Amino acid sequence: MHFGPHLLLAALEGLVTSAVLALTALGLSLVFGVMRVVNVAHGEFFMLGAVLAWAISTAISGHPAIGFVAALVIAPLIVGAVALLAERLVLRRLNYNPEATIVATIGMLYIIQQLALTFYGPEARPVEPPFSYRILLPWFGYSGYKLSVVAASVLLLVATWLVLTRTRIGLVMRATQYDSETAQAFGIPVDRVYAGVFALGAMLAAIAAVLIVPISQAHYLMGQDPLLLSFIVVIIGGLGSLRGTIVAAVLIGLSDGIISMFFSPTLAKIIATLVVAMVLVFRPQGLFGTASR
Amino acid sequence: MTEASPAKAYALHLGVIALLFALSFVLPDYHHGLIARIMVLAVFAMGYNLLFGYVGLLSLGHAMFFAAGLYGAGLSVYHLGWSVPAAFLAGIACGALLALVIGVLALRTSGVAFMIVTMMFAQVFLLLILYFAVWTGGDQGLVVQQAARVLTLGGTTLDLTNPTVRYMSALALFSIVLLATLAVVRSRYGRVLVAVRENEERTKMLGYDTFSNKLAAVVVSGTICAASGAAYALLFGYVGSSFASVQYSILPLLWVLLGGAATALGPLIGTLFMYYVTDITSGFTSAYLLIVGVALILLVLFFPKGIMGSIRQRWLGWLP
Repeated sequence: MHFGPHLLLAALEGLVTSAVLALTALGLSLVFGVMRVVNVAHGEFFMLGAVLAWAISTAISGHPAIGFVAALVIAPLIVGAVALLAERLVLRRLNYNPEATIVATIGMLYIIQQLALTFYGPEARPVEPPFSYRILLPWFGYSGYKLSVVAASVLLLVATWLVLTRTRIGLVMRATQYDSETAQAFGIPVDRVYAGVFALGAMLAAIAAVLIVPISQAHYLMGQDPLLLSFIVVIIGGLGSLRGTIVAAVLIGLSDGIISMFFSPTLAKIIATLVVAMVLVFRPQGLFGTASR
Repeated sequence: MTEASPAKAYALHLGVIALLFALSFVLPDYHHGLIARIMVLAVFAMGYNLLFGYVGLLSLGHAMFFAAGLYGAGLSVYHLGWSVPAAFLAGIACGALLALVIGVLALRTSGVAFMIVTMMFAQVFLLLILYFAVWTGGDQGLVVQQAARVLTLGGTTLDLTNPTVRYMSALALFSIVLLATLAVVRSRYGRVLVAVRENEERTKMLGYDTFSNKLAAVVVSGTICAASGAAYALLFGYVGSSFASVQYSILPLLWVLLGGAATALGPLIGTLFMYYVTDITSGFTSAYLLIVGVALILLVLFFPKGIMGSIRQRWLGWLP
C-alpha cells in the first residue's frame, strides 16, 4: 500500500479509538465535573461491561445480533447498578472527600479486577459482531461494524449533550456542578444527583466497552489502557469540560492511531503521557477548558 | 501533637530496634527472610510517610523513586561491575536527582492534580524501563549475580546473600532511617512540614517559603525510597519492572494508612501486618489483590488514622 491509503487506514482506526474513548472519557469527566471525584475504578467499569457482554452474548443462542443487542442493553444496566451500590456504600460515607475517594476507588479497582479474574478467568474471549458487512474502498475493504461504532458513539454523545443542555435533569446536574450548596438550598436532591451521575458515568464506560468488544476481545486487564487514556483526554480537554473532552478524545484517538502505526506503541505512550503530565503542570485548566478549579 | 519527652520516644524506638535485633537469633529461616524483606520495604513506607503523613501530599507515583534506587544500584552492578557501596550510593543519587526534577514540576500543582501528575510521571518511568529493555531486561527483569553482591570492608568480606548478613544490613538501614526520620519530624523543619499540612496559606503568611520546604520534603522522601530500592536490589538480587508499576505506588500508601500516617512506627507496623495477612491468606486463596482492595476501602471508611494513629489517640498521646 502507498502512503496515502496507509494514512487513511490509520486515520479510520484512530477514529474508532476516538469514538470509544470519547464515550469512556465523557463518563469520567461527568463524574469529576459534577462530583469532584476522581474515579480510578472507571477503567474497571469499562472492563466489567466487556466481560458481561461476553457472558450475555454467549448465554443467548441464535443470530449474533440478538445476543449483541441484549448485551448492549443489559450490560450497562448491571454495571450502573454496581456503580450505584459502590456510591451508596462507600463514596457517600466518605462525604466525597477527594483524597479518601481516590484511595477508595483504587480499592474498588483491585476488587473488581480480582473478581473478574476469579470468575471470568485470564483468557481473552471474543464476541461475535452483530453483522459482518465490509465496505469496499478503492484500496482496501473496511469493516462496516467499525464505522457503525463511530456512528453509535456520535449518536450517544449528541444524546448526552442534549440531555445536559435541554432537559430538566441536565439543568439539575449543571446546577449541582456549579454550586452544590446553593443547589441544595433550592431543593435539588444533590445526594441523589451524585448517585445518578456516578451510575451514568459507569454506564457510559460500559456502553463503550460493549461496542468495542467485537473488535478487541474481552480480558480482565483491559480496563487499564482506557483508564489512562481517559485521564489524558479529560486533562487535555480541561477537567469537567464536556466540549473539551470530546475534542481531546478525537485528537488523542487519531494521533494515537497514526503515531502507533508508524512508531513503536511504547514510545507513543511515553510521549503522550509525558506531554499530558506537562499540560497538567503548566496549564492545569487544560488546553480548551476555561473552568476554574 | 502533645509535647513529648524525647527520651521516652527514643527509648521506645531503640527498644523496637533491639527487639528486631534479638528476633534475628530466634526466628525460623522462613520468617527470618520475610522480616528482612519487610524491614527494607518498611524503609520505602517511611519515605512515603514523610511526604504523605507529615506534609499531607498524596503521591501516586512513589514506585518511580523506589525503582530509581533499584535500577540505579542494580544496573551499575550488572553492567558496570561497580562495588556494592558505590552501587548503593549510585541508586540513592538517582533517586534524589529524580525526586528533585519531579518535585520542581509536580509541586506546581496541588490536590487531585498532584496525585494524577505523580501517577503519570511514574507511568512514563515504567514505560521507559520497558522501552530500554536491552539494558533493563524489560518485564523479565535482571538477576544480580551472587558473586557481585559481596561487600569488602577493610580486611573483612561480607556476603550479602548470607541470611544473617542480609538481615543485619536490612536492620542497619531500617534503624538509620527510623532514627533519622524521628529526628527530622521532631526538628523545627518537621514542624514547618506539619504546619504546611494543616494550613499552607497560614504557614506562608507566617513567612515560611512553603515551596522550598515542600521540595526538600519530596527530595528527602524520594531519597529514602531510593535507598530502600537500592538495598532491595543488592540484598535480594532481583531488579524488575514490576517494582515500578502502579501497584508499587499504591502499596506504600496502603502500608502507611494501615500503620498510621504521621506516626514514626506506623510504616513498619503497616508493612509487617499487610505482609503477614497476604502471606497467611495466600494459603487459602490467590486473590491477593482482593484483600488489598478490601483493606483500602475499609481503612478509609472506618479506620482513617490507622493502627498507631488510633493507639496515639486513645492511650499514648506522646507517641511520635
